[in-house]
Amino acid sequence: MADRELAISVRDLGKRYRIGGSQAYYKTFREAVTNVGTSVVRRLNAGGQAPVADYIWALKGVSFDVERGDVLGVIGRNGAGKSTLLKILSRITEPTEGRAEIYGRVGSLLEVGTGFHPELSGLENIYLSGAILGMRKAEIEAKMDDIVRFSEADRFLETPLKHYSSGMQMRLAFSVAAHLDPEILLIDEVLAVGDIAFQQKCLGKMGQISKEGRTILFISHNMDAVLSLCNKGLLIENGRAKSIGGIRDIVNEYLKVNTGLLGEVRLADEPQKGYDDLKFRAIRIRDARGKVTPIIDMNEDYVVEIEYEITKPVRSAQVAFELFNSVGVCVFCSTDMDNEPENLRSIKQPGTYRARCSLSSSYLRPGAYTIDLSSSIPGVKMLNLFHNAISFEVTGLNIENKLSQGRRGIITPIFRWETQKI
Amino acid sequence: MTEKLTVQVTAGPANAIGKPPVTVIEPTRGWLPIDLRELWEFRDLLYFFTWRDIKVRYKQTFLGFAWAVIQPFLAMVIFTVFFGLLAKLPSDGIPYPIFAYAALLPWTLFSESLTRSTSSMVMNANILKKVYFPRVALPISSVLSPLLDFGIAFTILILMMGYYAITPTFNVIWLPALILLTLVTSLGIGLWTSALNAMYRDFQYVVPFIVQIWMYASPVVYSASMIPEQYRFLYGLNPMAGVIEGFRWALLGSEAPGSVMVVSVVISILILISGAFFFRRMEKTFADEV
Repeated sequence: MADRELAISVRDLGKRYRIGGSQAYYKTFREAVTNVGTSVVRRLNAGGQAPVADYIWALKGVSFDVERGDVLGVIGRNGAGKSTLLKILSRITEPTEGRAEIYGRVGSLLEVGTGFHPELSGLENIYLSGAILGMRKAEIEAKMDDIVRFSEADRFLETPLKHYSSGMQMRLAFSVAAHLDPEILLIDEVLAVGDIAFQQKCLGKMGQISKEGRTILFISHNMDAVLSLCNKGLLIENGRAKSIGGIRDIVNEYLKVNTGLLGEVRLADEPQKGYDDLKFRAIRIRDARGKVTPIIDMNEDYVVEIEYEITKPVRSAQVAFELFNSVGVCVFCSTDMDNEPENLRSIKQPGTYRARCSLSSSYLRPGAYTIDLSSSIPGVKMLNLFHNAISFEVTGLNIENKLSQGRRGIITPIFRWETQKI
Repeated sequence: MTEKLTVQVTAGPANAIGKPPVTVIEPTRGWLPIDLRELWEFRDLLYFFTWRDIKVRYKQTFLGFAWAVIQPFLAMVIFTVFFGLLAKLPSDGIPYPIFAYAALLPWTLFSESLTRSTSSMVMNANILKKVYFPRVALPISSVLSPLLDFGIAFTILILMMGYYAITPTFNVIWLPALILLTLVTSLGIGLWTSALNAMYRDFQYVVPFIVQIWMYASPVVYSASMIPEQYRFLYGLNPMAGVIEGFRWALLGSEAPGSVMVVSVVISILILISGAFFFRRMEKTFADEV
């Protein structure tokens, strides 16, 4: 700590909003004027006490430090106070209490295309948007070539923005923002917009910025983006900073609390319909180091571990799982007989078993996956079936992983190619 | 990952300051002055806001910048017919058309500046909520952008002076100061109304109405010399009285606006200062209230 410089220091930051009234709907002058009357009356009735308004603390008692070069992912549910925090740090709104200090030139990006005007040309909008984001005119001019090249809009620079497709507008907007050159960058959910290719481009650029040693504070719901970009995490819950630490731990904690993702599901207590003599006890996901986790790196191997109990001998019983991606497509199925087909004729004796299936995730697209767990006597009957027995996240939109980027297909396998001149 | 990200001093843009600037964020209380140094740092943004307002104003219009001339010119024609020819209002011995037009120029500048700055916060609400910059840049740029219209409309005045063979007096050097006084007045009021309009949209309707009434409280169609001598001082409380009389004096050589001008300048500076403090106080709530 002593040898590292602070970039952001936040102490007891709080922001209070009045519920209803002012922020939801603008007041009219008449209301204010009549309110003077009614509040006087109310005050008289209440014996000189001012009526207490309804307030809500969007943020309360938040303290944390960000060191120079850190990429801090701020996560939390909708309405937890993430955006309020970012708005305070980017000075859009004032805190009600507390203090924050930012050391260095700050750039904030809460929206892509802030200040764009549809009637102005692409070129004019680059100037306008750049100036609004805090760039000087000379700076914009110096970076103009890069911005135009990145946006791929060089042929349309003289065209009014209103004739641009939304994708083109987005590209232009991001390319301006991407060329902001601050030491500290505050970014809100900018990746929520745009298509996959655009998101990839944004992430790539942001990864590049973070590698240059800039400090980034990044808000996102996209766990994958957070995990691949950030090294530190801040979990905000109900306006309070719940915990700060390594990004994996923080994401783990968030997933645990908010999606029930634990890396382990105990099935023994669950009511199990079907065959009583083979009961599932637990299912776990372990990473390459054997740690139970709901988060798997795209380039790491992982293990699906299934525990079950057999109370009576069963013949030909097979344990299997099917892996589904986030849109419900079955990616593959695997059974404990895949390697040992002779098991098909064997009898499983009573006892508790632990089955491990080692997998590689290198071909899985980043995202959420769920597993359906089943036991059956192949071709005869289904013994037991658990829908959505466990869920986990594959992450790895990491920038290094260029091979599978931008490919179509529900999986992204890398096969061996040999090419010879004949 | 933590360790390989070493501290790196970026070369940065041309304007980067040697020592990293420290931004302190904490709740502000009470009346604070506008941070002029910060505003100066954002001067390019001020320029681009003004430039945007000018560029966008006549986009998709058929007549374009001709509108800058058409409006005051038609008003002049109508005033000349009704107030000059029919009502025969005295015009200090100056031909009525040019008498009216010389007043309409600063008046149009004033009313445009005021109306635009009043709505500037609301019009740019989407930007206010997404990025920080000194908020005062918006009313200032709204006040500056009608200057171009003013310049265009001014050419007509020059033509008219030629037509009526009026040679400007030496006092014409005071013209920039008078234009500045117009802008100071409209900015001062605009700071009040733009902040109020962010809270109460009523001001969007109130201001155009007040501007309409105000014109008749200012010596646009008549001469300030119609006001009895003992009330002139009070009349100067309307800063536009000083401005308009000043324009006629500088350009057409009418009577010098003595006490009226002094009162007008003082009032207009007071409005600007109070407006700046009021705006600064309300500024922090804009992103939440707009």
